[in-house]
Amino acid sequence: MLRIRNLESGYGSLKVLRKLSMHVSPGEIVTIIGANGAGKSTLLRTISGQLRARGGQILFNGDEIGKLAPEKIVFMGCSLVPEGRQVFATMTVKENLILGGYVQYRKKKMSAVEEGLERVLGLFPILREREGQLAGTLSGGEQQMLAIGRALMARPTLIMMDEPSMGLAPLIVKGIFQTIVRLREEGNTVLLVEQNARAALKVADRGYVIETGKLVLEGKSEYLLGDSEVQRAYLGKGYTEIWE
Amino acid sequence: MDMELLLLYLVAGVTYGIIYAIVAIGFNIIYNTTGIINFAQGEFVMLGGMTAVTLNAFLPLPAAIVLAVILTMAVGALIEIIFIRWLVSPSVLRMIIITIGISIVVREAALHIWHEGVRALPYFTGNEITSVSLAGVRMSPQVLWVLGICSVMVVALNLFFHYTFLGRQMRACASNREAARLCGISAKNMVTLSFVLSAGIGALAGCVISPITYVQYDSGTGLAIKGFAVAILGGLGNSMGAVAAGLLLGVLESFSIMVMPTAYKDAIAISIMLGVLFVRPSGLFGSREAAKLKEF
Ligand SMILES: Nc1ncnc2c1ncn2[C@@H]1O[C@H](COP(=O)(O)OP(=O)(O)O)[C@@H](O)[C@H]1O
Ligand SMILES: [Mg+2]
Repeated sequence: MLRIRNLESGYGSLKVLRKLSMHVSPGEIVTIIGANGAGKSTLLRTISGQLRARGGQILFNGDEIGKLAPEKIVFMGCSLVPEGRQVFATMTVKENLILGGYVQYRKKKMSAVEEGLERVLGLFPILREREGQLAGTLSGGEQQMLAIGRALMARPTLIMMDEPSMGLAPLIVKGIFQTIVRLREEGNTVLLVEQNARAALKVADRGYVIETGKLVLEGKSEYLLGDSEVQRAYLGKGYTEIWE
Repeated sequence: MDMELLLLYLVAGVTYGIIYAIVAIGFNIIYNTTGIINFAQGEFVMLGGMTAVTLNAFLPLPAAIVLAVILTMAVGALIEIIFIRWLVSPSVLRMIIITIGISIVVREAALHIWHEGVRALPYFTGNEITSVSLAGVRMSPQVLWVLGICSVMVVALNLFFHYTFLGRQMRACASNREAARLCGISAKNMVTLSFVLSAGIGALAGCVISPITYVQYDSGTGLAIKGFAVAILGGLGNSMGAVAAGLLLGVLESFSIMVMPTAYKDAIAISIMLGVLFVRPSGLFGSREAAKLKEF
């Protein structure tokens, strides 16, 4: 579904990603873990088209997307839930979701957007209660649900999430991860970036570990969870155990 | 001072005020989608008026106005596509210089096409000496046209921004450009559209006001200054604030004639703008938080 070869990317003169290769197959949950500043968000921004790839290939369903604008990539079925949620703060919850459905609106008609709205509101009942409220007035957890819901409105075949658990209370985080599992059960493919490595590996099929823009380890989640190197660096005492 | 005279001043003030408000809303629409001030905003008003006068020579008035508005919108789109679209995250200073440059080019072009003559569309109904009586005040029917058409524009814009998909797309770009692009919305097209919309409302305002104020190649400049002052006063980006601030400035100017020589009338807008910038940089109705979110 997604295949990346020798990807290079960065900002100005700063090289962040160096010859990074990875892939995601249909129906998988794949997680990317790594310390703060490792380049996880840079990777997702490059795949989503917000940053231009400087070298290597990004193939989505066989098509090269490395040079496409973000709005084109969304139309191809690859959506990003950006870091820090980035909801439209001055607009209502419902308007946020409807805008997420822009792709559907353009492809078919308004009815597809209405259907998507029902589906997302079913997935996150709290958003139904908040429908008319301005997105900026929601709690962090609700904003995260809204950001995920907005991305789902495009009916992507691959949904990428950048640290959905960031800054949220443990109980809320648990709910978010349950949602991710549920999304996969419904046939979605998820690429999940997390600092909360243990929780991410618990839900994921496979994982990649990146350090300063380079891939250092990859494998099945159980394998990474048991790996002494990963345990030392990412599952150590500093990391709260939320999933249990 | 008798009541009728006061009311006359009030009506005159409101008439000018609502035009200022439309110009200010034009500033706001572009500011909200791009974060820049388009100093060529006044030129759209002039172009609308001038084009309509020319077209009216061989077209009936309504057709001339509609066509003039459409042509001005096309000019707005062209300006954006030629000068703005290809810039990659330009600095605010660069944008200011570019839009001032555009305003000069448009003005010079207008001078070549139309020369220095002062023109005006005919009164939409009646003529210079017809008057209607409303609440005991006698006023020109054109005043009612100005108030009516401008009010309809304000309401229509509000409905557009809040209830149509396209309007929501524009608001989404204003709220969070990157997130809008991640929804598949073309931010660049929204910027073009904001120029088209601003040009359109400016041109229509230029048509309805021209029988009262007349129009010539450089009449956009003064309006742009007033409109900019109103946009600042109402809080940049805030269209309802612009309406309130526009009416306030129009009425203040109008009443100032009673206490000050007419020559000082134009200084009022600038004084108010400077005063507001010193005391409340976010404008009378803008929130400080909102002002902080913007680029400057
Ligand atoms: N907008 C930016 N401009 C310049 N450098 C950036 C920008 N965003 C991130 N970086 C740098 O790129 C590196 C990787 O950042 P990022 O991808 O955000 O890491 P992560 O998401 O893994 O925490 C860091 O060194 C960071 O300082
Ligand atoms: Mg990050």
